[in-house]
Amino acid sequence: MSFYDEIGKFNWSEVKEFIYSRNESDVLNVINKNTLSLEDFATLLSPAAESFLEPMAKEAHRITLQRFGKTIKIYIPMYVSNECVNSCVYCGFNVHNKFNRKTLTLDEVKRELEVIKKTGIKHILICSGEHPKKVSVDYLNEVVKLVRRDFSSIIIEVQPLDENEYRVLYNSGVDSLALYQETYNTDTYKEVHLGGKKTDYRYRLEAPERAAAAGLRTIGIGALMGLDDFRVEEFFVGLHARYLMRKFWKTHVTVSFPRIRDAEGHFKPKYLINDKNLVQSMLALRLFLHDVGLVISTREPAELRDKLIYLGVTQMSAGSKTNPGGYAAGEEEGKQFEVEDRRSAQEFIESVRKKGFDPVLKDWDSSFINAV
Amino acid sequence: MFKNELIIDNRKFKSRLMIGTGKFQSNEIMKQAIEASGAEIVTVALRRVDIENPEDDLLKHIDTNKFLLLPNTSGARDAVEAVRLARLARAAGCEPWVKLEVTPDPYYLLPDPIETFKAAEILVKEGFKVLPYINADPILCKRLEEIGTVTVMPLGAPIGTNKGLKTVENLKIIIEQSNIPVVVDAGIGAPSHAAYAIELGADAVLVNTAIATAGDPVKMAASFKLAVEAACVARDAGMPTEKQYADASSPLTGFLRD
Repeated sequence: MSFYDEIGKFNWSEVKEFIYSRNESDVLNVINKNTLSLEDFATLLSPAAESFLEPMAKEAHRITLQRFGKTIKIYIPMYVSNECVNSCVYCGFNVHNKFNRKTLTLDEVKRELEVIKKTGIKHILICSGEHPKKVSVDYLNEVVKLVRRDFSSIIIEVQPLDENEYRVLYNSGVDSLALYQETYNTDTYKEVHLGGKKTDYRYRLEAPERAAAAGLRTIGIGALMGLDDFRVEEFFVGLHARYLMRKFWKTHVTVSFPRIRDAEGHFKPKYLINDKNLVQSMLALRLFLHDVGLVISTREPAELRDKLIYLGVTQMSAGSKTNPGGYAAGEEEGKQFEVEDRRSAQEFIESVRKKGFDPVLKDWDSSFINAV
Repeated sequence: MFKNELIIDNRKFKSRLMIGTGKFQSNEIMKQAIEASGAEIVTVALRRVDIENPEDDLLKHIDTNKFLLLPNTSGARDAVEAVRLARLARAAGCEPWVKLEVTPDPYYLLPDPIETFKAAEILVKEGFKVLPYINADPILCKRLEEIGTVTVMPLGAPIGTNKGLKTVENLKIIIEQSNIPVVVDAGIGAPSHAAYAIELGADAVLVNTAIATAGDPVKMAASFKLAVEAACVARDAGMPTEKQYADASSPLTGFLRD
């Protein structure tokens, strides 16, 4: 049984109806509990819970402090390609968008790494569009071999792969996967994914399980906020996270909250997600799953990111460029989306320190993995 | 008489408090907390440090002339990984002491008894002084002692929960049966928990979360120091034993004569 079977037990409309039927006394009951059921989690995502964000925030902060301490794990993305075979209406890399496409050569990767290395951050996220030929497993393997010389943790955010392909990359030094379902609503999924392999909802949904089965240590999931009702989406994100945590008990699960940003193609999201919505999602997730990692990227503006540090976040990116060659060549073209927090990695790290948190630049060692 | 001294593998330590280095808001606060705790054994996650680089931000805050740096293998999911990490630490110049943690569960970091035992066997044979972190399992403790670990480190409660000694009945058995130091590790959330462990007869305690996440970690470290010392003095004074029945100061049978 996979998560595809698990999610099949739930009906989107019924979940939505339940969430919107909750009232303030339901929320009060949940806030006083130590262990939350799925129904409790849904209650915390309800409009009624918006009046309780402050007590939720205090509890989320307490739990996060207890489980993670005053630390923020820092990672930095490196885009190796903006080539993509998919047609996703919200994404700057959409195959139909016209701009110069590029996949870094290995020499160009080396040059990017030289610049990134200077930040001192040892967790690197290798990102690409989804182009299985240009960004093949063989190509990624070569990139990973270069990266692992200077970085202790390698996360990949690329097209979903088969289990044996994940295993190859794991054996080369990749320890983590980030892969977002974008939307858990099958109808919406069809509407926004118009072409390419990404149209296969199930193959994408089951990819985190294939990666965990292949040995990857950390699996990051999430919904792209703005494609559908965030309250229902985040319910399914929580369901997915809980499923993965229970089935793959040796794997650490993280959840991201990416909001749609302006990009090539200028997609206008159907649902506007305000800061309050984002915060409610994070808090509900933290109260539901105390040990899940919560990730906030540089998609969010500096002022907001600084405040989210106190609300349960455990991992943040820094100094991001979202286009291939963005660090060494300083190229601006071909970004996946606009970064909102434009502070340099050093500025951000210093800002975390000033807030009384330890910016953790290394929390993994590639020597854990046998083949490396 | 109970000596206020901890001896592990013939090495003497004045303090019975060991301290972990995770979760602190900064390395400076961590350094001050270590000083305030009076601890002489400091455990460091190998995955957090660049072990070959003496300029590593975390390592340079720990004076290895003053403290025994006890590398730990946290993050290792099985024996093979734990052994590899221990060897790396030794190759990088660390003393051959290792806190063996094999914790396949990334959330409560509960130890895998089978993989821990396998790793301990290999490391002891290679000359390591092995301090294994384990569940409070008396039989496992005896098995580890037999193969030559220098301590056992049973948990009081799952890591980071601050719940205190939830395994107390098993800890009592372990303490009673052990010929090597028993260090209660994990779950200690308040100085009173640490004192209780020492009063029970544990040789030492290891504390991290309760100090690192306190409002004032340095002050909390100092209070743990006092609590452990108080419990040591209490043991030295001769702890009154618990009794099932009240011991009346005027005995009911005092009228009987031989």
